[in-house]
Amino acid sequence: MKRKILRVMVEVIAVALALAIFGIPLSYVVTNAGKTSVEAAQMSIAPAAETRYIKNFSEVLATSNHMLLRAFLNSTIITVVSIAMLIGVSSMAGFVMERRKSRAISWINFLVLAGLMIPPAVVPTIWVLKSIGLYKTMLGLELIEAALAFPFSVLLYRGYLGAIPRELDEASFIDGCSGLDLFVKVIFPLMKPVSATIAIITSISVFNDFVNPLYFLPGAKNVTVQLTLYNYISQYLNKWNLLFADILLISIPPLIFFIVFNKKIVSGMVAGAVKS
Amino acid sequence: MASTTSKIYSYKFLLPAAVVYLIFFIVPTFLSFFFSLTIWTLSDWKFTGLDNFRIFLTEPSLNVGLRNSLVYAILTCGLKVVLGFLLAAFLSANLKTKGFLRSIIYFPNILSTIAVGIMFSSLMQPSRGLINVGLAAIGIQGPDWLGNPSLALLSVAMVDVWKGVGIAMTIFIAGIMAIPRHYYEALMIDGGSSFHKLRYITLPLSRSSMNSVIMLAFIGGIRSFDLVWVMTKGGPGFTSDLIASIIYKQLQGGFYGISTAGNVVLFVIVSLLAVPMYRFLTKAEVDL
Repeated sequence: MKRKILRVMVEVIAVALALAIFGIPLSYVVTNAGKTSVEAAQMSIAPAAETRYIKNFSEVLATSNHMLLRAFLNSTIITVVSIAMLIGVSSMAGFVMERRKSRAISWINFLVLAGLMIPPAVVPTIWVLKSIGLYKTMLGLELIEAALAFPFSVLLYRGYLGAIPRELDEASFIDGCSGLDLFVKVIFPLMKPVSATIAIITSISVFNDFVNPLYFLPGAKNVTVQLTLYNYISQYLNKWNLLFADILLISIPPLIFFIVFNKKIVSGMVAGAVKS
Repeated sequence: MASTTSKIYSYKFLLPAAVVYLIFFIVPTFLSFFFSLTIWTLSDWKFTGLDNFRIFLTEPSLNVGLRNSLVYAILTCGLKVVLGFLLAAFLSANLKTKGFLRSIIYFPNILSTIAVGIMFSSLMQPSRGLINVGLAAIGIQGPDWLGNPSLALLSVAMVDVWKGVGIAMTIFIAGIMAIPRHYYEALMIDGGSSFHKLRYITLPLSRSSMNSVIMLAFIGGIRSFDLVWVMTKGGPGFTSDLIASIIYKQLQGGFYGISTAGNVVLFVIVSLLAVPMYRFLTKAEVDL
């Protein structure tokens, strides 16, 4: 009985601490996003005198000729295209890298592992993009995002393929499948779960990415949601209510993903971390 | 069979990957070694030897980044490891609220870094911000978290830990879950306490997840850019500049050679520290 009471007390304290450390900052943002800028300037966590979420949201959306709508469209396109490229490129690479053992493959492995650690070289990448005419284009950024997520993604595919027996490949080969048939009709469909994991995890990180758009997609026309949020810091000059309203709006897509795919996000992240 | 292997698993499958990964990652990395030795306008370059590195490592406004990045990486990594491990050990126990606790601690990871930076810039406001108001309520006068030169970097590091500790915790939980129950049962029979469980079973047998957390957090910390950029822009003065923020400032200023030299410095640090660290850590791993 005494143990039980102690246990309940420990849980109550833990929940209270978690709410203080993680809950208060989050609810602070949510509450203040619905205030007037004068009220939000008081920086209090008290509820708004009169909530005006709709007003604030529409003001944020209307800023600079509805720039945020443009940004939402751009960020969505960048996320979808870069993930499609990433999945295509890394599933094929992972397939051969897992199945074949050779000196060339171990070199490739080394280059891929290095990519997990080494930070991308900023100016040389800009130079490469400029040389092939892709600097300040969405396609350029999509290719960069795919290239930077490539090592992590290949590791997940390789790990997953290790559990798919080779006998399957040999059987398909005897049945007259070519390598491409085997991959398209047998292997790729079998890897669907891991493709889904990669798509989910990478979509959140690409959608939330600030650094790469800042480097490789500068310019007023090429806004992404994170770039607009960053630009609004100076534009809104202490109108915290609008900044927070913007944060709420652009956090909706990742939030939906988190709620729907919670388990997959966690398991995929752990698999990636442990394999590396 | 060898010919069949090369037929089925043709290197052609690697071609698209080679194009994307080589052109957009490997080639720029190799180019950085060359262009770091030049005065570079992007259309033209002039060889200057090691001048850029000399400037990067001696100019006080630039070499502060080196020290700050190391402090930042070690501090955030250390805290994420310690707190992440303790949280994971606590939340692996049989608690009714563990689902809720795990979710709320993990939650900041789905927010963007910019959003988190803005949020804490507001919370850390010196006079009205919620943190100092809270401290004042218990009689402590809070500092100017982001305006005090000796504190700004540490404040940003704390926010980084707030955002990232959930990932560390999640990786540790997976590691702890993989520890066979019978080790604990044996210890219970021998009369060990909860502290003994933590110290002699959970801690040593979480080595491999600890290695992952250390590597991820350290490399993440040393490369870090966005949180500092949105919260302090490297200020006050240059006191919270990191290598990555200096690389960006030099890029903005048009000093492409110096910016690239910064990238090479980062490359060297990561290789010098991370590779031996990875070797050392994996050697100390224990099989379950």
